[in-house]
Amino acid sequence: MRKITYREALNEAMIQEMQRDKNVFVYGLDVTDHKRIFGSCNDILEKFGKDRFFITPLSEDAMTGMGLGAAINGLRPIHIHQRVDFLTLAMNQLSNMVSIHRYMSGGKVKVPLVIRAVVGRGWGQSAQHSKSMNSIFAHIPGLKVVLPTTPEDAKGLLISAIRDDNPVIFLEHRWLYFTEGKVPEEPVAIPLEKPNILRKGEDITIVATSWMNVEALKAAEVLAKNGVNIEVVDPRTIAPLNDKLIIDSVNKTGHCIVADNDWIHCGFGAELAARVSEKCFNDLKSPVNRIGFTQSPCPTTRPLENEFYPNAINIIKLIEKKLKLDPIDLSNEEFYSWENRFKGPF
Amino acid sequence: MADIKTNLELYKKLFLIRRSEEKIIEHYMEDEMKTPVHLSVGEEAIAAGVIHATKKNDQIYGTYRNHGIYLARTGETDKFFAELYGRQTGVAKGKAGSMHIFCPECNFLGASAIVATTIPLGLGGAFAKKYKKEKGLSFTFFGDGALEEGVFWESLNFACLHKLPIIFVCEDNGLAIHSHIKDRQSFKSITDVASKFGCNVFKEDSTDPEVIYNLTLKAIKKQKENGKPCMMHLKYYRYLEHVGINKDFKFGYRPEEEYKKWLKVDPVDLQRKKLLNMGISEKELKDLETKIIKQINKSVELAKKAPFPDCKEVLADVYV
Repeated sequence: MRKITYREALNEAMIQEMQRDKNVFVYGLDVTDHKRIFGSCNDILEKFGKDRFFITPLSEDAMTGMGLGAAINGLRPIHIHQRVDFLTLAMNQLSNMVSIHRYMSGGKVKVPLVIRAVVGRGWGQSAQHSKSMNSIFAHIPGLKVVLPTTPEDAKGLLISAIRDDNPVIFLEHRWLYFTEGKVPEEPVAIPLEKPNILRKGEDITIVATSWMNVEALKAAEVLAKNGVNIEVVDPRTIAPLNDKLIIDSVNKTGHCIVADNDWIHCGFGAELAARVSEKCFNDLKSPVNRIGFTQSPCPTTRPLENEFYPNAINIIKLIEKKLKLDPIDLSNEEFYSWENRFKGPF
Repeated sequence: MADIKTNLELYKKLFLIRRSEEKIIEHYMEDEMKTPVHLSVGEEAIAAGVIHATKKNDQIYGTYRNHGIYLARTGETDKFFAELYGRQTGVAKGKAGSMHIFCPECNFLGASAIVATTIPLGLGGAFAKKYKKEKGLSFTFFGDGALEEGVFWESLNFACLHKLPIIFVCEDNGLAIHSHIKDRQSFKSITDVASKFGCNVFKEDSTDPEVIYNLTLKAIKKQKENGKPCMMHLKYYRYLEHVGINKDFKFGYRPEEEYKKWLKVDPVDLQRKKLLNMGISEKELKDLETKIIKQINKSVELAKKAPFPDCKEVLADVYV
C-alpha cells in the first residue's frame, strides 16, 4: 500500500467525501488562503469552487450555529479551526445548542456537523495556541470527540465523522501532520467507536491519546529491549467511549497507564482510571497512573515548555517505578523530536 | 388591506394563543406543568401576523417565549399541552418543555432559553436554502435583549455579506427580564444601524395583526426584489412577569399605567372589534371561539391523562 502523510490523508478524505456527497461543504477562518490549513485543504477550492469552500468572518460563535442550522437542514458542514483554542469562542453553541438540539427535538432532527480543530504545540505556541480541550468536549453529552493518531485513522475516521449523523469534534495534533503511514487510496471508513491496538504486549497497558501514542510507542520500543512488553491502546474516540478493548487489555496485563495529550486534573485519564478501577479491580497489580500536561497554562520559553509536556522518558521512568525495575540506561537512546520539523512561527 | 377571510384567520391565531396561555395560567398552580413558562400574552399580534404571512417551505426559529409562534404555526394544542405536562405524547416526549418547544415537521426548527442562540441557526437554515437553491425564507425571531449579544451582530453581518434569504424578526418589549432598554443600549434605532449593513429594514409598533401581516408581506416582497436580508423591528408590551403567570407591577420596575395604555389597544380586542365592524356577527365569533376553547380543553384533558415517558427515554436520542 502507498504511504502518505497525515496531512494528505485529511485532505484526501475531504476531497473524496465532497465528490461523493454534494451536501458536504467546508468553511472556516482562512481555509482558502495559500496555506490551506497547513495543507490539509489543498485543491478543494480548485475542485469544488467557492460555494462549497469559503472563508468566514471572525465570528466563531455565529459560524458554529450556522453549521448547526445547515446540518439540521440536510447539509453536512465541515467547520475548520487552525487552533482548537478558538473553539472556546463557540462554547455557547457547542454546549447549549449543537449538543442538545437532537435531544430537545425528541429525536426528530439529526446534526451531521464536523468540527475539525488543530491542537498546537512547540516553538513557543504559548497558552492560547496549545490547548487540547479533549475532556472539556467529552464531558458534554451529545458531542462525539475523535482524536486520530495515524494517517490511516486521519482518513478513515474523518470519512466516518463526515458520514455520521451526530456532531463530531475532530482534534488533529499539529505534529502528527508530518507523520507518514500506509493509507488506502479508496475511501475506507473506520468506525468511530472502536479503539485500536497500536502495539501488542503482555506486561503493561498504556492507553494513549493523539500525540501521546507516538511517545508511548517510543517508550515501548526502549522497554522491549529491556524485556518489558507494552501494549499500546489508542481509544481514538473518547466520547462516547467504548472501553471494552481497553478493559480486556488491562485484565490481561494487570497494569494501566493513561497518557493523555491534555491536562490531568478532571481529564480523560481520570475517567479511564475510574473505569479501569471499577472493571479490572481484581486483576490490577498496581494503581492506574496518569500522565499528561502539568496543571498550568502552557509556558512559552523552551525549558518550561519541555517541562509542561510529557514524553517517552516520563513514561519509561514511571514504568521503572511501577514494575520496580533497575534504572534503564537511556544514554544511547535517541528520542526524536518532530519539533525539528516544526520551526515556527505557526 | 386584507380581506375578511384573512382577518378571521388572524383572529383565530390570536384567540388560540391568548386562550392557551390563559389555560396555562388557570392550571399552573396545580404544579403539574413543571416547566418555566414565558407567556406570549401581549405579543400575539406579532406571532399571528408574521406567521400568517409564512409559507410551508419557510422556516421558523424562535426563543423561549415561543408559545405564540408555535401555536400560530401549527394550530395544534394536543402535543403542545402534553409537552408542557411532560408527557410521552408531547412534541418532544416531554424532554423540551416550554422553553425548547419546536416542531421540525412544520419547519419550526429551534427554540432556546439562552438569548440569541437560535439566530445563527436561522442563518444556517437560510444558508441551506441558498446552497440547495430551494425556495423559502428563514424567519428568525428574537427579543430586544438579543441585540446586545455578539452573535446577533455576527449573524447580521454574515447574512448581509452573503445575501442570505433571512428575515430577522425583533420582538421588542423594551425589557430584558426587568432591565429597561434605555439602560442597556447605546443606539436609538436598531433599524438605522441594521440598514448600514445593507439590510432591508421595517419597523412597527402597532398591535393590529393585520398591520404586522401586511408589513411581513412587504418584507418578503422586498427580499425577493433585491435578495437582501430583512429586519423587522416590532414593538409590543409584555403583560405578565418575565417568567411565570403573574402580573408584576407591584414590584415597581414598571408602572401599571403603561400596561393600561397598551391594554386599550389589546391585539385580541382590537381584532375582534374590527371583525364586528367588517360585518361578522357576534354569533359567528362566539362559535369560532367556542370551538377553539373546546379544542384547548380537550388537549389539557388528554395531556393530564397521557403517560409519562418510560425511564429508558432519558438516554434515547442523545446520539442518533
